[in-house]
Amino acid sequence: MSNAVAITKSQEREGEKTKAFLARNKYLILRRITQIGILGLYIGGNYLGWKILQGNLSTSKFLEVIPLSDPYAVLQMFFSGAIVGVDVIIGALLILAFYGLIVGRAFCSWVCPVNIFTDVASWIRVKTGLHKEEKRINIPRSTRYWVLVLGLILSPILGVPAFEFISPVSATHRGIIFGIGLGWTLILAIFLFDLFVVKNGWCGHLCPLGAFYSLISKPASLLRVGYNLNKCIECMECKRVCPEVQVLWMIGKENKPVLSGECTNCGRCVDVCPENALFYTLRFKKSGGDKNET
Amino acid sequence: MTDKKPDPRRRKLLLGFLQGIGFSIVGGVVWSAIVSENKKDLLVLRPPGAYPEEEFLKKCIKCGLCVIACANRENIPFDRQGNKMVTLKLAAPGDGKPLGTPYFIPRQVPCYMCVDIPCAFACPTKALDVELLRNEKGEVDINKARMGVAVIDYNSCIAFWGLQCDACVRACPLMHKAIYIDVRRNRRTGKHAMLVPVVDPDYCTGCGLCEFVCPTDKPAIFVLPRDVALGKIGKHYVRGWMETEENVEEKIKEREKELQKWQPKTPEDYLNTGDLLDE
Ligand code: SF4
Ligand code: SF4
Ligand code: SF4
Ligand code: SF4
Ligand code: SF4
Repeated sequence: MSNAVAITKSQEREGEKTKAFLARNKYLILRRITQIGILGLYIGGNYLGWKILQGNLSTSKFLEVIPLSDPYAVLQMFFSGAIVGVDVIIGALLILAFYGLIVGRAFCSWVCPVNIFTDVASWIRVKTGLHKEEKRINIPRSTRYWVLVLGLILSPILGVPAFEFISPVSATHRGIIFGIGLGWTLILAIFLFDLFVVKNGWCGHLCPLGAFYSLISKPASLLRVGYNLNKCIECMECKRVCPEVQVLWMIGKENKPVLSGECTNCGRCVDVCPENALFYTLRFKKSGGDKNET
Repeated sequence: MTDKKPDPRRRKLLLGFLQGIGFSIVGGVVWSAIVSENKKDLLVLRPPGAYPEEEFLKKCIKCGLCVIACANRENIPFDRQGNKMVTLKLAAPGDGKPLGTPYFIPRQVPCYMCVDIPCAFACPTKALDVELLRNEKGEVDINKARMGVAVIDYNSCIAFWGLQCDACVRACPLMHKAIYIDVRRNRRTGKHAMLVPVVDPDYCTGCGLCEFVCPTDKPAIFVLPRDVALGKIGKHYVRGWMETEENVEEKIKEREKELQKWQPKTPEDYLNTGDLLDE
């Protein structure tokens, strides 16, 4: 058995080398194009009056009529005691439905501009092996859910949407579109935190917006990463690149798709898997073969 | 900590939970401090149709759609360098305004009082609400905007030196109503007149066009939030010369009723109950 695995592994090493650069980075490239493209549409919306996407990630108008709103921000507004316009409520429901029922936590990896910076930080860490040498600072990944709840508790106390008021995510996106001021210091802080303090520190441990999208995508989101244990050679490449490693607990153990809402659907694991044991699939599709390995 | 371990997993869970609460409290205090520091700006000027500051901060989702509407409105003027003169800005870190909220600085770019008010109509949350801009006829009217009120520093206004300057009056979209020229005797020369600007807060919208054109180094006329600049008269003052006769009588009767209800207290009451401040 162990022999067989060894043989497949060495074979696959070669396969890995032959997987072309584009194939190895397909979704990464697509994601960056999407992220930057969306930013571009927003910037054009402000400076050039383009009518495709106007506003920012807190609330925008798509094609001039369809409102889109950040549901967590709207929730905070409710908690702060504001009676808000119907537009934002419709917008929040649309966004809830889109991520919650269809694409999961894809907001984080395909839309959020902060992700570009945190990905770079994490990439540098993995490349330089920084995270193996460092002194471990332990922040549990569940901290973000505490932050999420805290944001809701503080909203009525402070009488304003509490997280929206300090959110580096909104500040970054707003800054890129409307002028950044000293906002770059926030991005730098997050970048350095992720680089030197905790791997995937912000997005994987603290950001309540990511936590919010994790919660809403857990029960029903359609788009999932599937896993085929039979094809897996246990090279652990996927775990090396995944920003939310804990969601890949089944690697080498069980023939199950990634169902955790914390998976950002970034497709990095799909990209790097030399055997295509990981792939995009739909929640209700039966994935993979059966457990009987040869 | 005791040595007994009834159920280590439950213990750990509980411990984690308590830790979470602890950190939440610490974090919450810091977080609150940052927010309350950041949301307090007495001098910020909001776009037309904004709710009073406290309500506004609850409602504004910081989307910037008002800013975009302002930047892409018709007939937008250009400055000497050829840049668009966009009135509204979204506060970025370092601007010293509540983060992400729209504001304007009239000395840089005033509000041009667009008749179609694109900014207020663009707001998806009703933080800017056109209902607040209805006039007596029920129409949405930019002249009902109350973004602030212009205030004049007589010592720096050159009209008060007796020089001829009516830049602010001419710039005002509500000329002769929101701001008018008053003729006063020039005490310095004894024989000339001074033509000085006077603002009527009942009409002033706070657009800041006057502040924008004022020729002094630092404007002698400038817009302040109405809360900051205006006082408030108690309702027991009755302007007999302005109100209709019945109105006056009514008000006086009302006041008499109030007075009847009022029970003068003995000095002991004051001393013992300590409610001096209640009346
Ligand atoms: S976790 Fe937060 S900052 Fe990170 S990508 Fe998601 S929303 Fe953006
Ligand atoms: S499991 Fe794959 S798709 Fe999900 S977050 Fe990890 S790398 Fe991205
Ligand atoms: S009314 Fe004033 S703030 Fe509104 S769009 Fe016109 S210039 Fe801008
Ligand atoms: S449009 Fe309304 S919600 Fe958006 S930034 Fe302006 S005032 Fe705030
Ligand atoms: S701010 Fe100045 S220009 Fe504007 S309405 Fe008032 S007095 Fe007139």
